[in-house]
Amino acid sequence: MSPKKFSVLDHVLVPKHERIPISEVPKVLKEINATINQLPLIRTSDPVARELGAQPGELIKIEREDEYTGKTIVYRLVVIG
Amino acid sequence: MVDPIKRISAIKLSVLSPDEIRKMSKVQIITAETYDDDGLPIQGGVMDPRLGVIEPGQKCPVCGNTMHSCPGHFGHIELAKPVIHVGYVKYIYDLLRSTCWKCGRVLLTDKEINEYLDLQRRLEKYLPFLLPVFHEHIKNKASKNSICPHCGAPQHKIKLERPTTFYEEEKGSFRKLAPDEIRNRLSNIPDNDVRLMGIDPQESRPEWFVLTVLPVPPVQVRPSIMLETGIRAEDDLTHKLVDIVRANQRLRESMDAAAPPIVIDDLWELLQYHVTTYIDNEVPGIPPAKHRTGRALKTLAQRLKGKEGRFRGYLSGKRVDFSSRTVISPDPNISINEVGVPEEAAKILTVPVRVTQWNIEEMRNYVINGPYKWPGANYIIRPDGKRIDLRYFKDRKSLASSLTPGYVVERHLIDGDIALFNRQPSLHRMSIMAHVVKVLPGRTFRLNLLVCPPYNADFDGDEMNLHIPQTEEARAEARELMLVQKHIMSPRYGGPIIGGLQDYISGGYLLTSKATVLTKEDVIELLGVAKYAGDIPEPAFYSPKELWTGKQLVSLFLPEDFTIRMKSSVNAGRLRCEDDDCLHDSFIVIKKGKLLTGVIDKKSIGSQQPESLYHWIVKEYGGDFARELADRMFKMFIRYIEKYGFTMSLDDVDIPPEAQKEIKEILNKAEEDVEKIIEQARRGELEPLPGRTVEETVETKIMERLSKARDEAGEVAANYLDIFNNAFIMARTGARGNILNLTQMSATLGQQSIRGERINRGYRNRPLPHFKPGDLSPYARGFVYNSFRLGLSPIELFYHAAGGREGLVDTAVRTSQSGYMQRRLINALLDVRIEYDGSARLPDGTFVQFTYGNDKVDPAKSDHGKAVNVDRIIERVVGWRE
Ligand SMILES: [Mg+2]
Ligand SMILES: [Zn+2]
Ligand SMILES: [Zn+2]
Ligand SMILES: [Zn+2]
Repeated sequence: MSPKKFSVLDHVLVPKHERIPISEVPKVLKEINATINQLPLIRTSDPVARELGAQPGELIKIEREDEYTGKTIVYRLVVIG
Repeated sequence: MVDPIKRISAIKLSVLSPDEIRKMSKVQIITAETYDDDGLPIQGGVMDPRLGVIEPGQKCPVCGNTMHSCPGHFGHIELAKPVIHVGYVKYIYDLLRSTCWKCGRVLLTDKEINEYLDLQRRLEKYLPFLLPVFHEHIKNKASKNSICPHCGAPQHKIKLERPTTFYEEEKGSFRKLAPDEIRNRLSNIPDNDVRLMGIDPQESRPEWFVLTVLPVPPVQVRPSIMLETGIRAEDDLTHKLVDIVRANQRLRESMDAAAPPIVIDDLWELLQYHVTTYIDNEVPGIPPAKHRTGRALKTLAQRLKGKEGRFRGYLSGKRVDFSSRTVISPDPNISINEVGVPEEAAKILTVPVRVTQWNIEEMRNYVINGPYKWPGANYIIRPDGKRIDLRYFKDRKSLASSLTPGYVVERHLIDGDIALFNRQPSLHRMSIMAHVVKVLPGRTFRLNLLVCPPYNADFDGDEMNLHIPQTEEARAEARELMLVQKHIMSPRYGGPIIGGLQDYISGGYLLTSKATVLTKEDVIELLGVAKYAGDIPEPAFYSPKELWTGKQLVSLFLPEDFTIRMKSSVNAGRLRCEDDDCLHDSFIVIKKGKLLTGVIDKKSIGSQQPESLYHWIVKEYGGDFARELADRMFKMFIRYIEKYGFTMSLDDVDIPPEAQKEIKEILNKAEEDVEKIIEQARRGELEPLPGRTVEETVETKIMERLSKARDEAGEVAANYLDIFNNAFIMARTGARGNILNLTQMSATLGQQSIRGERINRGYRNRPLPHFKPGDLSPYARGFVYNSFRLGLSPIELFYHAAGGREGLVDTAVRTSQSGYMQRRLINALLDVRIEYDGSARLPDGTFVQFTYGNDKVDPAKSDHGKAVNVDRIIERVVGWRE
């Protein structure tokens, strides 16, 4: 156990990740015009999901910044694994 | 009758149980013999008549049918000892790792099992798409447990040695797990635990993954063929089945005779090998089973897999009618939207037309002309659906008069019909475009030269395919979506893929060059071929006689409000110029549709040139206008180059003696320097470059020096070449070739290389026996002093051929690799589509991208990928950039 733990979220190449609680999932799905089975998945064992403490059934909102295309938002469904 | 159409609501695939195999079997195969001495099949052999009849006149002993209606019947082989089914190895491996070897339970606590079963029930009901991830998770979690939570037995590590051997680690050493032991373990797993790992025990018990009975397919599946010599040749599957029966028999005999275990194990393994290769003869890790001739056998998996397999070869392989294929040839006189179709083909390809009161006279004429006179008709379909073949109908005149509305006439292809034109490899959507038919004499398809780039076609024997859409919907789609003029802009890069090439570019340059003045006759001829219908402009010169410039003629075709400033291709080297006040005429300025300065060449009208004159025309004035420009203005360029008499001769690459002397001196100097480098290295005075050996450093330095020499020689030659030399014009305008090609013709060919190194292989330490071993001089390592004009020495020719072959091999390898890559990409992206909300999704709505391309930009409708090009908008409005 090193005293100063590094968080993957602080790395320059890791975009902004944010937990969306289960209660807000229906709202987000409506917003992006999708059902739950249409989302890409992220496992709870994923380093970022672990860092955020994301629980199965929640969403993770990822905001990516790109030189050419600007800001894009992606949602992933958290699953056990 | 009640609705005969049945819909398949679901398909369930499961594993055959030994009982099912026995139940569907009509005969047990017990002997490896196939035929007796009279050539009759032996009872209990793999050709037993109870497996089905395939010979004419015989009756099936099982179902009583003849060969036409007997579906064939399965048999079975009782295996002396169980063997692993290669297809299920992965699942067996997963199951062995995640269950207890002793009690058979999944390696999770009772509490966990109950929770997970509960979770599984809920997932099945609400989130079935998550089940694969769930089962994966359980298998992962269970296989991490090293002690059984149920009986406390310590778990061993399982190792899989491909394809079918399992080992278990016991006290540091590995013990082989025999198939019967594996089968026992699998049958010990309770149903509920099987369910947790994603297998339905009702349909597929895991112990069925280990074979105890092998089904024998009916003979219909593996027919024997009679060779001309009268010898019967058996199918590969039959050969393999005989092998299995024989191995099985020997194993059983050894077991009955209580042979030593080593003998039995060997025979068991042989049986495993035969069963494995019977199922898949291309599994990694074992040699494929061979025919007596040495050819690998085509077994079950090989019948399904790959290009010629059942799936790609038969199920997705579509063959179509109303299509044709022939050699293509160029025709600059037809529109880019057209395709020339030979009359011979037009008489075979047909379009169905419904007879109406408005077209009945026309249709009657087609019927009277019949199948052999164009334009005629091949078939008539009566309102009752009966087809009349006009080839065999004598009195076509009376048939024509009996035509009434409601009939359908399959008439010949005529001018104005729409057709899909295609050239393989169909790598992008412009490989299949719709063309308007123009029936022409000759036996080839004709296409306008400007559409060569999208098809990547040339006329060295290329063939292309033509398809005739048969329904109104298909024709409308072809015309509205696939017409050539709608594909001038390529989605590969934001620019036009259709545009000038070769002589169009030289012609454009020569016509618009400052040196060109045209007489009234010239102007009339040029505007005539371009079908120009307006007035002739005021002449640019009145004295000594009325003369026009090429720029005036080009301006006649440009839109009145068109403005652009850009560099020409010739704007390079001595003709370089950064602004529009250019003395070399190499900077294009078009204001209000008038070409004021600059020459037209590749940068402005070439194909695959983004941000060019033609690009802005297509974008700003649309496909109709761009097609018209391509059909008319470009035609004028071609006519001008024909009038001019453009050619290339030996003189074009000839340089004066003083230039040749200069080049010789440059090469001599280089040779001396190379000698110095070699000498320096021999004395050990050469400092190696970082990370290189001395030998590598010598090579690098020599290569650098020689390439410098070639560049200098090329520069000398280029300086002596006349600017209006035809070959030089082609290189400068981008019509064909480059300066390097010219210097190779006139100055020196330079260093030939293989894999980036000077040519050094062939004999020991030398490429050819003419040199001393280890000679590093330029001539002994692939340097060609001569130019193509002077001619190569035999040794130089050898170097050139050796270097040239590398290029050929590279292209061959590259095309096969990129072809496979293309296939994989197409299979992956095939049914992705962009929904109205701008997201890219699969047919079930799964996201591929939340916003297409992250910016929703269609590259075919953008400028070089940018959604908005502010510079161009300003240029258009202000008529000025910066
Ligand atoms: Mg070709
Ligand atoms: Zn039968
Ligand atoms: Zn146990
Ligand atoms: Zn200039």
